[in-house]
Amino acid sequence: MTVTTSAETQAPTETHDHTETLDLRKLGMWVFLSSEVIFFTSLILTFLIYKDRSTGVGQDILNIPLTGLNTFILIVSSLTMVLSLDAAMKDRQRSMKLWLLATIILGTFFLSVQGYEYFQLWTHEGLTPAGNLFGSAFYTLTGFHGTHVLIGVIMLWGLLIKALLGGFGSKNFLPIELVGLYWHFVDLVWILIFTLVYLL
Amino acid sequence: MRRPSKRLILVFLISLAIGYAVSWGIMVGVLATEFRLFGFVNVSVIAALIAFIIVTFLDGPLNLGTFDWPQPVESEGEEPARETVWSWLVTVDHKKIGLMYIGTSLVFLLVGGLEALLIRLQLVAPDGTVVGPDVYNQLLTMHGTTMVFLVVMPLLAGMGNYVAVLMVGARDMAFPRLNALSVWLLICGGLLLNSSFLAGGAPDAGWFAYVPLSSQPYSPTSGMDFWILGLAILGTSSIATAINFVVTILRMRAPGMSLNRMPIFVWTILVQSFLILFAFPSFTVATIFLFFDRSLGTNFYVASEGGNPLLWQHLFWFFGHPEVYIMILPAMGIVSEIIPVFSRKPIFGYVAIAYSTVAIGFLGFSVWAHHMFAVGMPIFANAAFAGASMFIAVPTAIKIFNWIATMWGGSIRTSTAFHFAAGFVAMFIIGGLSGIMLATVPIDLQVTDTYFVVAHLHYVLFGGSLFGIFGGLYYWFPKMTGRLLDEFQGKFQFWLMFIGFNLTFFPMHVAGLMGMPRRIYTYAPGLGWEVANLLSTLGAFVLGLSVLIFLVNVVLSLMRGRVAQADPWDAWTLEWATSSPPPAYNFAELPPVNSRRPLWDLKHPEDPDRPMHRLPRRLREADQRVLTTRSEPAAAPETQIHLPPPSYWPITMAVGLTLTLAGLIFTPVSTVVGLVIFAVAMTGWIIEPVH
Repeated sequence: MTVTTSAETQAPTETHDHTETLDLRKLGMWVFLSSEVIFFTSLILTFLIYKDRSTGVGQDILNIPLTGLNTFILIVSSLTMVLSLDAAMKDRQRSMKLWLLATIILGTFFLSVQGYEYFQLWTHEGLTPAGNLFGSAFYTLTGFHGTHVLIGVIMLWGLLIKALLGGFGSKNFLPIELVGLYWHFVDLVWILIFTLVYLL
Repeated sequence: MRRPSKRLILVFLISLAIGYAVSWGIMVGVLATEFRLFGFVNVSVIAALIAFIIVTFLDGPLNLGTFDWPQPVESEGEEPARETVWSWLVTVDHKKIGLMYIGTSLVFLLVGGLEALLIRLQLVAPDGTVVGPDVYNQLLTMHGTTMVFLVVMPLLAGMGNYVAVLMVGARDMAFPRLNALSVWLLICGGLLLNSSFLAGGAPDAGWFAYVPLSSQPYSPTSGMDFWILGLAILGTSSIATAINFVVTILRMRAPGMSLNRMPIFVWTILVQSFLILFAFPSFTVATIFLFFDRSLGTNFYVASEGGNPLLWQHLFWFFGHPEVYIMILPAMGIVSEIIPVFSRKPIFGYVAIAYSTVAIGFLGFSVWAHHMFAVGMPIFANAAFAGASMFIAVPTAIKIFNWIATMWGGSIRTSTAFHFAAGFVAMFIIGGLSGIMLATVPIDLQVTDTYFVVAHLHYVLFGGSLFGIFGGLYYWFPKMTGRLLDEFQGKFQFWLMFIGFNLTFFPMHVAGLMGMPRRIYTYAPGLGWEVANLLSTLGAFVLGLSVLIFLVNVVLSLMRGRVAQADPWDAWTLEWATSSPPPAYNFAELPPVNSRRPLWDLKHPEDPDRPMHRLPRRLREADQRVLTTRSEPAAAPETQIHLPPPSYWPITMAVGLTLTLAGLIFTPVSTVVGLVIFAVAMTGWIIEPVH
């Protein structure tokens, strides 16, 4: 019987991280994101159906400048994420950690601005989840997006801690890339939401 | 497995007594249960759980030997590591996880079966008084939910976990810790869901929870909230497993195993995983809306406020229809493995079966509204879904013909596994025929929501999925435990189950055609339904007996069954190329994979399976590319095998997630604590060295 054990039958391991060949963990993240697409599609479709059937407070009370700023913040956070990954691939430890921290700060800032927006809409404009269909669909859609951002921030904290412990470098940066994929996905969904909910 | 030691038996009995005392105290003293039979069942379940916990934690200190199985019967000289509670809590080994899935599912099979027996007792005669309508509604909801999410799905996931990974020649799944998370989420979710019985009432709006019945005004207890949150946890578990399977199957196959040479079971797991990935999010969204309607007063499904109750049905069935294909495809895969081996012929029409599996996967997303023919959709919509539903019978029939063609002219060995596989084919044909009838809108309008549908769904889910699963259990039990299940008991159990199954569910076709609606807790005399119901109840108890006989067979075979060698069935796929049970690292050496039956080639070097030559050129070239890039042997033989190390973060994260969601019903403290645990677990998971 010939010995034909292959390195590929093992769990992702000792070899160096590549970005050219599709690493197992990256395929896993893409597969997960494809499932998330259906999740957000269902939420967005429901919003689109319900916003026109809703009575009472509607789209015009939304604060587009503020949310526009928030969108900008999130997009910049995607940039800092990529910069962190780039620094990791080039083994520039300090830059990597700083850009990671910047992403965390921007993500947290996004969440707090969103929280502030919710507060304004709820108390001053009277848009509540239970008040009308628009409110229900709005808070559910943006709320679940915000939850995804929160989970992303938690993952980024984990990355930062591991980075501070010296866990990443030019030979080991895949987790940063994976969380980066997730983060870009969440950003992309937000751009869609911003367009469909606020602008159209 | 050795006979349980006297010490173990003594400790178990004492623990059981303690368990009964504690749970009786809680049930009677604190919760004041109303229904006697029900109360006893609940008490026993909790007592058994408490006893189990006590025994397993005393196992180490008192050396009880609870976990001394399964072990390879012929070890290679080394003492296998002693199993402990801890090793099971932190395992990331796909084989152990597969066993945990199967064990958990069998426990829930008993729970769901008990619920069914209570239903049948209530319906045996008109004006039944065994249980009242409130309890009856809980029983029927939990029976359906348990069987779908806590029995069939995890049994298939467990068998996929154990066998499919071996079949592709891998050492473990692509993401072992995620795999462990999945099984712990199953256990936690199942416990959360069933804890509803003790916390104000189980869910009671049917397993598909139509609004407005499942909304707050008509389901005021927190039962439906348990349903929503429990299933949220279970859905997460399933999605995680699906990700694992997709990556493992696409990227970790043995050298030489192109997609064209994968066992059919692996194909079905792959397609099923994509179905899970794209169907469950719709269900999650549907239940989120329902949860918000119930707890926040939103109006997603409230017609009077502009919402639409049909939104629930669409979102649910967009998930619900692929869900039934999720439940049947791997069972079809199991049957596709068993029939060739016991007909001594390769599977007929491998390519057709593989393509039809993929076709069913795609088409399964286009037929969901055939569950909604009676809600008032426009005729064109009804017709389109009816047409699509009939069309999906074509790939299914292709499989049926291929299985029959495999058996035809083969040299049949009638093992128990083969009995179940053949039984699957027969029962699934009947279920498929009633399905085609239901796809015809005029017939459906007459029999929708009657027992005709109950008959159909049980023929395909029990006569289909569960028969296939039992076949798989008989087939792979020797691989998993190193012992063979007794064949005589097995065949006896099969026939008892076959007779019981048909006795239970065939009369339901008649009852449905005579107008008996679903989900009624009793019926008046004189409607002509008495005979059918009596027969169904008798059949149900025969079924229950057959399940007990199966469990007895399992226990006895574990203790003194015939020892199984690596390949007891003279089969052809890779899982048989290692010992029974396999060592922790699965394979010392992988046989070369040059065809769909690598072990046949190994055993019959003078007559190997011919390489593919009738494929279209494009596929042949694709095949060649895969083979040339993947068939080089490793540069140097391995001196050390790296196994993924155990980890306690998966179980921690599962507990954290469960506490987070449970807090939404019980107390916000639980949510806060749960989130903290989740964050800690996430961080620990990321930091933990994996190599």
